[in-house]
Amino acid sequence: MTPEDLLFSKEHEWLRIVDSIGTIGISDHAQKELGEIVYVELPKVGTKFDNGETFGNVESVKAVSELFMPASGEVVEINEELGAAPEKINEDPYGEGWMIRVRLANTEDTADLMSAEEYDDYIKEEE
Amino acid sequence: MALSSNKRTALYGAHKALGARLIPFAGWEMPVEYSGIAKEHVAVRTAGGLFDISHMGEFEIQGPEALDLVQTLCTNDAAKLVDGQAQYSAMAYPQGTAVDDVVIYRHSAEHFMLVVNASNATKDFEWINSHNRVDATVEDVSDTLTLLSLQGPKANDILQPLTNLPLVTIPYYHFARAKVLNVDAIVSRTGYTGEDGFELYFSAQESEPVWSGILEAGMPQGLVPAGLGARNTLRLEAKMLLYGNDIDGTTTLLEAGLGWIVSFDKPEFIGRDALLKQKQEGVKRKLVGFEMLSKQIARDHYPVFVHGREAGHVTSGSPSITLKKNIGLAYLPAEHASIGTSFHVSVRGKLSEAQVVRTPFYKRMTSSIKH
Repeated sequence: MTPEDLLFSKEHEWLRIVDSIGTIGISDHAQKELGEIVYVELPKVGTKFDNGETFGNVESVKAVSELFMPASGEVVEINEELGAAPEKINEDPYGEGWMIRVRLANTEDTADLMSAEEYDDYIKEEE
Repeated sequence: MALSSNKRTALYGAHKALGARLIPFAGWEMPVEYSGIAKEHVAVRTAGGLFDISHMGEFEIQGPEALDLVQTLCTNDAAKLVDGQAQYSAMAYPQGTAVDDVVIYRHSAEHFMLVVNASNATKDFEWINSHNRVDATVEDVSDTLTLLSLQGPKANDILQPLTNLPLVTIPYYHFARAKVLNVDAIVSRTGYTGEDGFELYFSAQESEPVWSGILEAGMPQGLVPAGLGARNTLRLEAKMLLYGNDIDGTTTLLEAGLGWIVSFDKPEFIGRDALLKQKQEGVKRKLVGFEMLSKQIARDHYPVFVHGREAGHVTSGSPSITLKKNIGLAYLPAEHASIGTSFHVSVRGKLSEAQVVRTPFYKRMTSSIKH
């Protein structure tokens, strides 16, 4: 089941907001589409991104895909574990497979994002 | 609604039922993966994988002058073949570049079968016919045949109980006609993975029972259905070339390192003069295997830099699932292509160091005991 406390972008990133900190990763649907993930390229702590900007890349055996910011903010933490164990994104996309934490520029800046229910409908339509 | 113009193999329904992801490839709708590329790759290296590669093209060349035509078209020396033997070869343009790489099967002195890449089948058939000045009969039988590839260290043990053919009598690059699950088939010890294995050619009408019969028989030994994704990562580790990526109409066979399938002992074949001249003068660029020295993955078409100058591109690049390294193939200037030489691959605009290494990247351990 898609966790209800997350917001989703059309590019299949998720965002969990706790206070002014947003945790970002990719959806279960996205990891399934990509297949076995073998490498993730994440930004440096302190980098600032606008909503929609590319913040990194995720590589599966077959392809490389860009990661897009679901909101604006400054990176405060990256998931260092993924360097040695990128497969955590496949195994636990909403938990241990998280990618970055950002200090959100504006916690209200989520109008374009979907709820879990809306996202589930969205991926059904895409198929 | 978009109507797909891609062709489907006779096993399309079977692939769908197994949950395969299907993609357009060379005009066909083909399974790229079932359980996942890495899982299928490991299965082929450790047990077995069954591939539907019915998209490949097969041409029958027959008649008293069949060998003459094959010898004119192909760069390797087909006169060395005996009945029941196969040979890796190529068809070249007059300038020595590749029309296609092919496998030639000799049924008899007057009957050969040419197996060609799906992406080139139409072009090849026209090419062959336009050079058929000896009245050999050339027939495209691709649509009547299903081609399955059973690959892996357990392939022999999985197939043996299903056929009346003693597989021990079939060495590498040899074949025989036999029954497989009571279906008439050509059983060939060939493949595109770097493992022991067999390719089975039989009537497309028998596709489903043979496909599911082999899968069921092999499952207890770890056999899985495998798609084009794993086929690509497997062949790259074994440095088997892919037409359209590593070789094409702009690369000569010598540049590609395929001199071993160019026989200058033959008096005449298309491309001979140009290739002989290039052999004498030396090639200006060479296809090399490389490893990335960082964790960056080189992908197909990424630019390659030598001494800060763009010198070509990655023709095939991928993570190596077996070796846990990132590997690839690229054309480098000949003076900069020796083992150990370093150069750079541009990965999304950033230069990453790579090193020329010995190939194949992966070579299977061959046991002296053949069951």
